[in-house]
Amino acid sequence: MPFFRAAQHLFYGRVFVDTVTNVSARGEIAIELRGITKAFGSVIANNNIDLIIRRGEILALLGENGSGKTTLMNMLSGIYHPDSGRIYVNGNEVFIRSPQDATRLGIGMIHQHFKLVDVLTAADNIILGAGKGFLLRRNRFEEARKVAERYGMYIDPEKKIYEMSVSEKQTVEILKVLYRGANILILDEPTAVLTPQETQRLFEILRRMRDDGCAIVIITHKLNEVLEISDRVTILRRGESVATVKTSETNAAKLTEYMVGRPVTLKIERPDTKPTERLLNVYHLTVEDEDGVTRLDDVSFSLRGGEILGVAGVAGSGQKELCETIAGLHPIKKGAILYKKENIEGKTPREIIKLGISMSFIPEDRLGMGLAASLDIADNMMLKSYRDPKSPFTPRKAAEEMAKEVIKKLDIVTSGINQPVRMLSGGNVQKVLLGREIHVNPSVLITAYPVRGLDIGSSYVIYDALNEQKKRGVGVLYIGEDLDVMLELCDRIMVLCHGKVTGILNARTATKEQIGLLMAGATTNERYGEEVVPNE
Amino acid sequence: MNKAATGTHMPRFHIVKRVEMTRGEIFILNLYAVLIAIVAGGILIACMGINPVSFYGTVIVGCFRSALSVKSLIRIVIPLLIASIAVIPAFRMKFWNIGGEGQFIMGAVFASYVALFFPEGIPHLPLMLLMAIAGIIGGGIWALIPAFFKCKFGTNETLLTLMLNYIALYIIQYLRDGPWRDPAAGGFPKIAKFPERAWLDQLFGVDISWIVAVLLVIFMTIYLKRTKHGYEIAVVGDSVNTARYAGMNVNAVIMRTMFLSGAIAGLGGMLQVSGEATTHTLSMGIAGGVGFTAIIVVWLANLSPITTVAVATLIGMLDKGCGVAESTYGLSSAVSDILQGIILFTVLGAMFFTNYKIVFRSKQSIKSHTAAAPGGENK
Repeated sequence: MPFFRAAQHLFYGRVFVDTVTNVSARGEIAIELRGITKAFGSVIANNNIDLIIRRGEILALLGENGSGKTTLMNMLSGIYHPDSGRIYVNGNEVFIRSPQDATRLGIGMIHQHFKLVDVLTAADNIILGAGKGFLLRRNRFEEARKVAERYGMYIDPEKKIYEMSVSEKQTVEILKVLYRGANILILDEPTAVLTPQETQRLFEILRRMRDDGCAIVIITHKLNEVLEISDRVTILRRGESVATVKTSETNAAKLTEYMVGRPVTLKIERPDTKPTERLLNVYHLTVEDEDGVTRLDDVSFSLRGGEILGVAGVAGSGQKELCETIAGLHPIKKGAILYKKENIEGKTPREIIKLGISMSFIPEDRLGMGLAASLDIADNMMLKSYRDPKSPFTPRKAAEEMAKEVIKKLDIVTSGINQPVRMLSGGNVQKVLLGREIHVNPSVLITAYPVRGLDIGSSYVIYDALNEQKKRGVGVLYIGEDLDVMLELCDRIMVLCHGKVTGILNARTATKEQIGLLMAGATTNERYGEEVVPNE
Repeated sequence: MNKAATGTHMPRFHIVKRVEMTRGEIFILNLYAVLIAIVAGGILIACMGINPVSFYGTVIVGCFRSALSVKSLIRIVIPLLIASIAVIPAFRMKFWNIGGEGQFIMGAVFASYVALFFPEGIPHLPLMLLMAIAGIIGGGIWALIPAFFKCKFGTNETLLTLMLNYIALYIIQYLRDGPWRDPAAGGFPKIAKFPERAWLDQLFGVDISWIVAVLLVIFMTIYLKRTKHGYEIAVVGDSVNTARYAGMNVNAVIMRTMFLSGAIAGLGGMLQVSGEATTHTLSMGIAGGVGFTAIIVVWLANLSPITTVAVATLIGMLDKGCGVAESTYGLSSAVSDILQGIILFTVLGAMFFTNYKIVFRSKQSIKSHTAAAPGGENK
C-alpha cells in the first residue's frame, strides 16, 4: 500500500521501517493464531482457538461476555501469555511478552477503559511514550494534527483530555496507537460508550483504515454492529471458536444461534398494564459531586406504578447520581424527590429502604455496590433485613431460606448458599443482587445496568423478572445501555445528557435515531406521560 | 524482523493463576512454609557453629522441662493472645489498627491509677472490677482517637495508631519520673508495687487472666460470626459503598469496633499490670511489644480467633524456647527475632502460591516446540 507506506515514512521516520515493510497486499494474513489455550485457574478462557486476521479487512470477534474474546486479544497485545499454542505475525512465529513487543509488531489495542493522562493535552497523550525522546517537542501539536488528518479524524491537539467527551477520548486512543505505527488494530467494545451518531463516525474511520490496508479486529457482542461494519465474523462460545463466517452470508438469527448454542427468539415481552398512581415525583432535582461539579441539572420526572421508565444516556450522564440520590446516598443540592406525598430529602438510606424503595445498581465492577463479595450468598441476602430481629444476632436462618428461594427462582448456578459471592460468575452475581431486591417486595425498583455483561439467556430471565414486577404494580426505573432493548422493554424512555433531561419519549413509538440525538444533547419539549391527569 | 520483535525465544517459565485452594490445602502449604523456615533457620544456626537439631531440641524442651517453664510460657502467651484477639475485629473491618501496643499500655495505666490511688477501703473484688473497667476505658479511648479522626477528617489510621503507641509509652515514663514516683524507692525512678488487694487471683498456679483469654476467644468467635455487629464489620471491611447502600452508619461501625478493639487490648493491659508476670506494677516494659507481635499472630492466623490461639502459642514457644536456647548456647537474644522473621517471611511469601503457580517449561519442550515450527520462518 504505497499510500500507507508513504504516510509512515513521512511521519514516523526510519524507526518504523520494519513494520512498514511488513505491510503488503490486502487480503494477506496479518496474524494467525493456532491452538491458543489460556486458563485462569480452573476456568478455561480460551480453548484451542485458531484465528486468522487479514489485512484490508474488518474482523468481528463476536461472543457473549465471558466467552474469551478479550482474553484472546489481550494475548496479542502482550498483556497475557498463552499457556499453549502459537502466534504468527506476518508468517513468523512470535512470542509477545509485553505490550512493547506488540507495539513493535505493529499491533495496537484500544481497551474498553481508556489509558490516557487526563491533565495532558491530546497531542501529549498521542506522542508521549512513543519512544521518541524525553522532551516535549514544539511541533507536537502540528504533528498530532497531521496524524489525525491522515485518517480523516478531527481532534484539537491542544485540548486537555479531561475536557473531552468520551468519543473524543476514543479518537485520541486510536491516534495514539496509529502514531506508534500500528497497522493491526484491535478495538475492545468500542461502541459501548458512544451515541449512535458517534458510532457511525467511528465506523467511517475504521472503514477508511481498512481501505488503507490495516487489519482491524472489533470485539463486540452487538449483532447489528457486526452486520454493519465487519467483513468476516469469528464467533466464540465458552472459550472456543465455534464458527467463522462471511458477514454477507449470515444474519442476526444465525449469529445468535452460534453465540448461544441454540435458536433464540429475540423478542422481549412488553406486557400492557395500566399505570397507577405516581409513586415517585422528582422536581427540579440538581445535585453536585464532591468536587462541586453539577451532575444532575434541574431534572424533573415522575414514575408511576406498573410502568418501566427507561433512562438512556451515554455513560456518565448522571445515571449513577440519579440512583444514589433517590436511594439517599447522595445529597440534594436543589429540588425535591417525593415518594407518594412524602419528601425523602434528609432521610437516611435505611428509612428510604423501609418506605419500599429498592435499588439494585450494577456498577462496572459488578460488586462495588450492593454486595459484599467475600461473604456468602445467604449473608448477602440479609444485607437489608439483618436488623429486623430484636435480638443481637443476625437472622441467618431466614437468610438461608431466602437464598434458597432466590437461587431457585432466578436459576443461579452455585455450589450452594455458602459460596462466597466473589466465586460466582458475573451473571450469577447480578441475579443474586436483583433477586434480593425483588424478594423484599418493593414498590419502587431502581435497577441500573441489570443485564450488563450477561449472556442472552440470563438477560431474558432478568427481563421477565422486571416485567413480573411491573405487572404487580411496581414502578421500575430501568437505567440501561442497550437502546434496542430499552425500546422493546420500557414503556417510556427518559434521555439524560450531561445531567439534563433532554426528552421523555413514548418507547412504543420512539426511534433509536431520535434517542441518539437526545443523548448527544439535542432537546425536545416532549415529556410523554408527564401531563397531569385531572383527577390527581 | 528486528531483533526485539521478538521474542523468538520462548520464555522459560511463566506465572499462572490457579484454582482457589481449599482450607486444607492452604494449611498444608503453610506447614511447608514453616518447615522451610525451620530449615532456613537451621542453616543460619549451623553457620554459628551450633548443631541445629540439638538447638531446636532445646527450644522445645525449654518450654516444657518443668512446671515452672510451662507457667512462664503461659505468662508469655496470654497477653499476646489477648492483644491478638483485640486487633482481629479492627482488621476484619480493614481498619489497620497497629496501635494495639498503645491501647494495651493505656489500659494498664488507667488500671494502675485505680490500684494506686483509690481509697484503701475498697475490698478486693470490687477493686478488681473497677480496675478492669478503667482498663477497658483507657484502651478504648486510645483506640477511639484514631477512629474519630479517620471518620471526621479521613486521616490515615496506620500512622495515627502507630504514633499513639509512643505517646502511651512515654506517658508511663512521665508518670514514673514524676507524679507516680514511688517515694519509698530511695530516689530510684519506679512506680510503687500495687497493694495486695489489687493483685490478680490465681487458679492452678497461674493468673486467672488465662480464663479471661479463653472467654474472649469464645466471645470474639460468636461476635464476628453470629451477631449484627459482626455482620456490619464484615460488610464494612468488604465494601464501604455496600455498607452505606445497606443503610449502615459506617462511621458509627468504625468507632464502635475500634472502641471494642481498644477495650480488649486495655483489658489485657489491666490483667498484665495486676498479674505476677510484671510483679504487680506498672513499668516501661509492661507491653513489651505484644501489640506489635499480635499483628503478626493474627495475620498468620488468617484473622480467625480460634486459629489465633494456636499461633499465639507457637510464637510464645518460639520466644520462650529460644530464650532457653540462647542462654544454653550463649547466643544473642536476637536469635528468636530472626527465627520469627524467617517464619513470617516464608508464610507470607507462601500466600503468593495460594493464588498463583509457576509453570516451568523444560529445555526439551522448548526445543521440540522450535523444531516443530514451520521451517525457515524463524529468524
